[in-house]
Amino acid sequence: MPSLILTRLRQGKRTLSFPETEPVLPERFRGLPMLDQARCPSGCTSCADACPTDAITSNGDLQIDLGRCLFCPECANACPEGAIRFTSQYQLAASNRNDLVLTEGETLQLAGRLAEQTHRILGRSLKLRQVSAGGCNGCEADVNVLNTVVFDLGRFGIQFVASPRHADGLLITGAVTQNMRLALEKTYQAVPYPKIVIAVGACAISGGPFRDHPEVLNGSDSIVPVDLYVPGCPPHPVTILDGLLRLVGKIKESRATPQVAAVLKPKETG
Amino acid sequence: MKPRACLVSVEMVTPLSSFHTGEAIPLREIPNLSIAEFRTAILSAVSSTCSLAALFGMPGENGHVRLIAVVADSVTNSLSILSTKVDQSYPCLTLECPQAHWFEREIAEQWQVRPEGHPWLKPIRFHAPYRSGNSLSSAPVPGVTDFFAMAGPEVHEVAVGPVHAGIIEPGHFRFQCHGEDVFHLEISLGYQHRGVERALVGGPGKRTIHLVETLCGDTSIGHSTAYCEAIEALGGAAIPARAQVLRGVALELERLANHTGDLGALAGDVGYLPTAAYCGRIRGDFLNLTAALCGSRFGRGLIRPGGVGFDVGKPLVAELQQRLEAALKDVEDALALLWSAASVQARFEHTGTITRETCEALGLVGPAARACGVERDIRQDFPSGIFRFAQIPISKWPSGDVFARAWLRWLEIQHSGAFLGEQFASVPDGPILSPAGPLLGDHLVVSLVEGWRGEICHVAITDADGRFARYKIVDPSFHNWMGLAIAMRNQQISDFPLCNKSFNLSYCGHDL
Repeated sequence: MPSLILTRLRQGKRTLSFPETEPVLPERFRGLPMLDQARCPSGCTSCADACPTDAITSNGDLQIDLGRCLFCPECANACPEGAIRFTSQYQLAASNRNDLVLTEGETLQLAGRLAEQTHRILGRSLKLRQVSAGGCNGCEADVNVLNTVVFDLGRFGIQFVASPRHADGLLITGAVTQNMRLALEKTYQAVPYPKIVIAVGACAISGGPFRDHPEVLNGSDSIVPVDLYVPGCPPHPVTILDGLLRLVGKIKESRATPQVAAVLKPKETG
Repeated sequence: MKPRACLVSVEMVTPLSSFHTGEAIPLREIPNLSIAEFRTAILSAVSSTCSLAALFGMPGENGHVRLIAVVADSVTNSLSILSTKVDQSYPCLTLECPQAHWFEREIAEQWQVRPEGHPWLKPIRFHAPYRSGNSLSSAPVPGVTDFFAMAGPEVHEVAVGPVHAGIIEPGHFRFQCHGEDVFHLEISLGYQHRGVERALVGGPGKRTIHLVETLCGDTSIGHSTAYCEAIEALGGAAIPARAQVLRGVALELERLANHTGDLGALAGDVGYLPTAAYCGRIRGDFLNLTAALCGSRFGRGLIRPGGVGFDVGKPLVAELQQRLEAALKDVEDALALLWSAASVQARFEHTGTITRETCEALGLVGPAARACGVERDIRQDFPSGIFRFAQIPISKWPSGDVFARAWLRWLEIQHSGAFLGEQFASVPDGPILSPAGPLLGDHLVVSLVEGWRGEICHVAITDADGRFARYKIVDPSFHNWMGLAIAMRNQQISDFPLCNKSFNLSYCGHDL
């Protein structure tokens, strides 16, 4: 018993004071990419050619799709002029798929809060069922981390539950394999209304590195409607937490953000 | 002392040459044996001290399938590679060599070649076959197969998955139970199958390294190291010493993070929350060291053909060293509680025991094998890179139970920690990249790496133009899933989470 208490004292309190305090991220962390088209030599396609998931288009306006981006260093390494580089911005979650496609100078429209009616029901207590549907277990690992003392997800009223019937929504990772399609559909159906879906990671948003393999369905919105997209490969835990907190309105942006409408129970028709 | 007569030879036929990990071999030097010779060679080798590192099919001439076997001899530290030609069927190896069990099921599923007499022939990934021109062209339905079943008045079946209660990967488990006792567990996977091996054919291309980094995300460093060693052998690159050290550092950091996480999860599974809470956090401290190296907690972008993608300055090395020492101290502190709690030991000891004989027959690898007293570690037996110069002592423990698999991780944490301390103290100067040239055509290379779960085997085979004609990946989980099934026999079903976590196998690394 004394050793238990001494160890407890030695290990200390490790919970981040996020979102009140900004998290400390590694210096080499690759967050939101920044484009500077003025530096592009005419006709150069080095970054687009290097991108493993074709997230970058460079004919015409330089454009990057964060939903496909693996946040790997290939494009920045390939660019001779520094026209593309990764910043340390970890806030990446968006409410709409199209918001993740950025051209130069465009600000990423971060995710908004749940719509009023849904927020009243889910805003203070959000129970999620996680479905892993064909990825690499990286996103699962960094979602799991939110349950550690460092992030302590429970203090925000968000919890992962063991059954979809106990859940308010799904958090999906993975490209959605043909072999997981039925299981995902059934799990979604088992969640009571109103329900939401969160897609975490490049796979769940676009298929990630497995995009266009015949074995996968290129992400979760081919099967279920998605309310929150969290880009990354895998996203940093703090990126995922930031997205979740925006959804439940616990991080407020000064500017107006679009509201997310959960899927309400369809009206009985005939 | 181990007997030495293991190196594969086929009497009265060509004596087979031995090769090393990371050595490019012209395809013409690989003997084409008759199926009888092929079987005899494998069976005689595996019955002594050799193990089957890989056994797989690839398209052969005239619509035939070419089977390739990689036999690893840990006594002579050499590999033998043999091949044969098959068409519709051949007499299976599994009956006489259980190590071949999962490999032969994979061959049957991928190439529609029937290993005659195989006792357990069913799909392992549930996908459409790769070989065209056969009647079965559509994929089977996942999880729908001829499950092993028992009958009796008080026998019942428990089915779990593919969607589980925790945040874990999908798989389907069928328990045949009598009351609380499990007679047998059958594991049916394939839900994570996303076509990685098939997509690698024709490469390398710009997506290849990313597929390798994500074929099993918690082993990104292990698999990308195996891949890069294969490319470097085929492309004739000599890796700078500085890069070799940084690769070794990354591999051991990956081991530290995962072993620490596993010990925390084992503590959680027996309801011992202090260690579970501390280790959950300390695992992140190790991952964050990898992120300090390359920006990614999983080491994405760090290992690249020819060396490493990120360099370290002196201040960063000093910082890493300091943070490593702090994390190692914390993990020792957290685990001291675990080892001294009698209630924990009572649950760990004699749970999920595998005998050494069973372990060797099944060909288990990694900590699961070393926890059965088997001295088997690629870092000693087939070292490459920094491990040729800096030896890490092999840890082993004889009891084969959950306790052994837990304790072994703690032994390995200490050895990896000491290794990292030494490496940080003497990072050699010089470049970090020495790019590989175009790949040799019509060559084969085997690369072996001791990932944190055990033996990672990659086999790259190029066509005449130096593109991949076949790229075979054997994740350690591929060898070990059957071990988990056997460990559950005669256990309480409530011990499944504990046994499962003590192996902590990869679904995606298996499913590919």
